[in-house]
Amino acid sequence: MKKAKQLLLSNMVPVLFGIICIIGIILSGTPISTILSDLVNRFDRNILLVLSLIIPVTCGMGMNFGIVLGAMCGQMGLIAVTIMGIDGIGGILAAALMAFFAAIICGFLAGKILNRTKGQEMITSMIVGYFSNGIYQFIFLFVVGGIIKVESDIILSGGVGIKNTVALDNMQYALDNLSIFGISTRVDLFSGILFFSIFFAVLFLMQAALRHQFGKKQIIQLAACACCAAASQIMTRMPAFTVAKMLIRIPIPTFLLTIGVCLLIQQFMKTKLGQDMRAIGHDREVAGASGIKVDQIRIISVIISTVLAAWGQIIFYQNLGTMDAYYGHEKVGTFCVAAILIGGASVKKATIGQAVLGTILFHLLFNVSPLASQQLFNNSMVGGYFRMTLCYAVIAVALMLHVFETRAKDKEQRA
Amino acid sequence: METIKRGVRKFGMPRIIIIAFIIVILIGALLEGQDMAALISDSLVRVGQNMLLAVAMLPCILVGAGLNMGLAIGIVCGLLAGLLSVQFELVSWAGFLAACAMALLFGSIAGVLYGRLMNMVKGSEMLIGNYLGSAVVYLMCMFWFAAPFTNSTIIWPMGGTGVRTTVPVSDYYEKILNNFLAFQIGKVTVPTGLFLFVGAVCAVVYLFTRSRTGTVLRVAGNNQAFAGMIGVNVNRARIIGIALSTMLAAMGIVVYAQSYGFYQTYEGPLTMAFTPMAAILLGGATMRSVKIRHAVIGSFLIQILLTTALPVCNQLFPESNLSEVFRIIISNGIILYALSQAGGEGR
Repeated sequence: MKKAKQLLLSNMVPVLFGIICIIGIILSGTPISTILSDLVNRFDRNILLVLSLIIPVTCGMGMNFGIVLGAMCGQMGLIAVTIMGIDGIGGILAAALMAFFAAIICGFLAGKILNRTKGQEMITSMIVGYFSNGIYQFIFLFVVGGIIKVESDIILSGGVGIKNTVALDNMQYALDNLSIFGISTRVDLFSGILFFSIFFAVLFLMQAALRHQFGKKQIIQLAACACCAAASQIMTRMPAFTVAKMLIRIPIPTFLLTIGVCLLIQQFMKTKLGQDMRAIGHDREVAGASGIKVDQIRIISVIISTVLAAWGQIIFYQNLGTMDAYYGHEKVGTFCVAAILIGGASVKKATIGQAVLGTILFHLLFNVSPLASQQLFNNSMVGGYFRMTLCYAVIAVALMLHVFETRAKDKEQRA
Repeated sequence: METIKRGVRKFGMPRIIIIAFIIVILIGALLEGQDMAALISDSLVRVGQNMLLAVAMLPCILVGAGLNMGLAIGIVCGLLAGLLSVQFELVSWAGFLAACAMALLFGSIAGVLYGRLMNMVKGSEMLIGNYLGSAVVYLMCMFWFAAPFTNSTIIWPMGGTGVRTTVPVSDYYEKILNNFLAFQIGKVTVPTGLFLFVGAVCAVVYLFTRSRTGTVLRVAGNNQAFAGMIGVNVNRARIIGIALSTMLAAMGIVVYAQSYGFYQTYEGPLTMAFTPMAAILLGGATMRSVKIRHAVIGSFLIQILLTTALPVCNQLFPESNLSEVFRIIISNGIILYALSQAGGEGR
């Protein structure tokens, strides 16, 4: 009982937001399957962007608001492939490759600036985002078409600059619904659950085999997988769930990719580089004194974050299908930071679990608050303002808590 | 060579670049055959209109709280005051002065609260101020939506309730300062009243920084530990500085609106803090030292640049928002430069 209380207290933020979300769902009066179908889409779009925040936090640089930079690189890649006229999954891969190189350069430059402003990384990364937004707009409003002559549908009628919205019709769901030998991979909810239950069962078995241990934990894991698989098969045959089955689509390739990234981050943290990052995050001076190249590793962490964000943005738009060329990236930093903080992360510590939970809660809230306010006030704008207030307030409060904690720790050390 | 280098360093690289930019744009304007007199008149108005917002940065830097990124808090106070003055149908000077007085009142209340909060988070004022400011702007969005205003100038013509996104002050006190004692030199109009008012506020702020309280504020900002030792109440000094900053921002937006002709509600105040920040930094302020002349010089430079760039850019790329892109790059570039110059904690 005491343990449960402590668990609840240490996870105040996610619990609180969970409650707000539940109230929102009830007030909105929208069927669960509709909300869930939207949530799966939103989760699919945003999870990689949120995951990209983790590594700089480990490195002690706080929340990297500069993932806006990565998002811009991703959009650049998408615009480039649209101009070149590459379609489908090939287009996505080409965009990812171009965004990769652009993100390395941008991440390197951002890392350099952040190294000059140690202790103020968060505000600097925020301003870096705003500043590069200006450069980005300049490039796509004037340089493309103005200086570099390009012929494409997405150029404005005057011949200079990109249109506000870029249609990615022939790229939509290219990754989400990657057809392998003609089989669609964007499946209904219950097939998705079945697939991932089997996938995780295999994964757990492989882990157990690698570590040569098979105990209580493994049995529970496998049993949970089996239960999910069985439940999905029973539910798919029940008429009560036909709506859910029809509405909700699980994009298996994107989720597999996300799981892959999570596993990679986990493994990366165990390498020498990852350990060095942790050491820097713990105490920069001690790490520097013990021979770790602090500046270099901080730059690497920013580069990784920027590249992941670039790919995250590409996944975002291949799901959405139309790209907001000029404003699509602007709020990425704020939203993703708010999401991971709602998941219970702090400026000092962020885990994959917190990123996943935070993305779910944040986007649930984002989805239901306009619906709820439509029901309550007959106007969806109030809900829109409400969620933005919460989004900014969460970040402000989390940052304040961080300051209180560091100060308390300082006091302890002095005493 | 050495003296040139030293001269450049003393004058400051950002200012040289911006002045060079202004010269290029003015040459461009001449070549395009722009109406130079109108351009200069507009520039003068814009300088006066925006200067108080830049001056509002000063007390905050003075007490060591950095740039006031939560300027939006002050701005929404000013908006509330302005809308109230319109609601009560106060016209002409009575309306403007009432709006200013209410702005100072609301600004002082909000500023003291904001200052108290900032005292709890010393060292991260800018970052937290920014997010707090945005949160307050959106909170006020909900308020604007539900606010019980009844004046038909304020509320939507059809819906009946809720504030409009832009509230015109044309029937109340539009350009009341700008037109006061305004005179013409050639074709250039000088908004005398605006400059007199802004100049008076600047003078008051200058005298304040020279006063006993001002010195206390400066000492508290320079070295907190030392200030504490010689018996200065650092927290109190910081609250005064931040509250003053918020009050100036609140009054600044009233002055802005009388010149601009509209109060911009809802998300309007969200990005308003960045140009004044850039202005005072461009004027030569750093995170450690700030003088009133920094705000004045900076406002002149950046506003002249932005105002003259607008028509020139529009001529070059019609129907584009190159000047807006320009604004984003320049103001954030200056802030970024200042941050990187302030340096971090070293290794």
